[in-house]
Amino acid sequence: MNYVTGLRCRECGRQYPAEALHVCDFCFGPLEVNYDYERIAAVVSPERIAQGPRTIWRYADLLPVEDATPVDLGAGFTPLVRADRLAAELGLGELWIKDDTANPTGSFKDRVVSVALTKARQLGFKVAACASTGNLANSVAAHAARAGMASIVLIPEDLEEAKVTMTAVYGGTVVAVRGSYDDVNRLCAELGSENPSWAFVNVNIRTYYAEGSKTLAFEVAEQLGWRAPDHVVVPIASGSQLTKVAKGFAELVEVGLIDESHVRVSGAQAQGCSPVATAFQNGADAIAPVRPDTIAKSLSIGNPADGWYALEAIRRSGGSCAAVTDDEILDGIGLLARTEGIFAETAGGVTIATLAKLAAAGEVRRDECVVALVTGHGLKTVQALSGTVGPTVTIDPSLGDFDAALGDELSKVAR
Amino acid sequence: MSVTVRVPTQLRTLTAGRGEIEVEGATVGEALKALDAAHAGFAERLFDDTGNLRRFVNVFLADEDVRFLDGLETPVSAGQTVSIVPAVAGG
Repeated sequence: MNYVTGLRCRECGRQYPAEALHVCDFCFGPLEVNYDYERIAAVVSPERIAQGPRTIWRYADLLPVEDATPVDLGAGFTPLVRADRLAAELGLGELWIKDDTANPTGSFKDRVVSVALTKARQLGFKVAACASTGNLANSVAAHAARAGMASIVLIPEDLEEAKVTMTAVYGGTVVAVRGSYDDVNRLCAELGSENPSWAFVNVNIRTYYAEGSKTLAFEVAEQLGWRAPDHVVVPIASGSQLTKVAKGFAELVEVGLIDESHVRVSGAQAQGCSPVATAFQNGADAIAPVRPDTIAKSLSIGNPADGWYALEAIRRSGGSCAAVTDDEILDGIGLLARTEGIFAETAGGVTIATLAKLAAAGEVRRDECVVALVTGHGLKTVQALSGTVGPTVTIDPSLGDFDAALGDELSKVAR
Repeated sequence: MSVTVRVPTQLRTLTAGRGEIEVEGATVGEALKALDAAHAGFAERLFDDTGNLRRFVNVFLADEDVRFLDGLETPVSAGQTVSIVPAVAGG
């Protein structure tokens, strides 16, 4: 059963059919999927969801496409990990990490791509395409292979080597563009205009694609025993994920799966690319684009499409938004790994470092149930840690050498 | 000053399907106003009530977002291309 009633422009309200459209013909505003929530409320229940697959597709009633055999590598239903040691370090109380590194290609992008390509296939597309900062490239290439679709992935040429390899291995077309992500994105917007038979997941299919991020909110609520947390910290690139996480919690209330939600939504950015955090701190109503310069390449969008809506969602919810330096990002990666055994990519370092900063400032509070979204695996950006971690010592294979080199070190740890 | 304006699919209903239009203008703003004069309907779509570019309209001169230049006041030289691109993409 599909409960989509159509698409609607978020800016001017014009209505459109549920086709491969992403912007309003009139004002270029983004189109949003509308659902018949009354009909969803009549069928949906925790029991019905619990009987579904352990993937995002357990929430199919609240997704914009229905398919008995979706394009699926098993995205979603990732661990929600209670993080007491990290909480203690940050002076927080009930802290959880949503560990989206556990997705099939190692990032939350599998959620949105599974939805996008399922819809694209239903609309008759044979070619999957995207503009990517890396994680999306991995996911589109993998899901296209899974679906038997051709793929054309465009990335900035300076991406981390692991992300390029993890895309190219699936055998699709990978185009490295001499320019920033924003340049690649603009090229894709124009390519999409000229090649309407390609499903650009984050251009002409974006309306559906973005809905996949709502499943982060759905899972968090379900894993907390069908309640919303008090505060969620979300990294911001285009701002789509944050906007959809906020929408996800609101929808759960709308269809009666949770009684109420007062979740505060806070945003995390790298200082080298912080257009939304800057606008938040300045109380500005417009997002001024920037030229990104940070190790957090997966968040390096200087001209964020949903920046304005992310800002609005943060303000409406009483959340905050801050940015952290590259050194703080590396510290964040190390802190999460050391305290909770989770290895995050640079974007996860941004989330943890921003969480630390907001906790120190009293913006994230000890009396709150807090969830931090860690959205990509550390192996993707291992290059960023180059020279910062390595063997404690290098020795010859002898007990004498071992004791000589590590005697002092080992006396510091429990034996 | 004759410049080329690239029109995205969404707005080609205004240009009988044409993706490139030649117009005259000394600045980006003048070029876009000339486009509206030749093909009515562009101005109300591109500009808000205060005459600024709408939030979800990106305009590029050659390869540069005009917000990094002087916005609609950015001077254009003959033969340059002004591109209108929907901002809602990516991420």
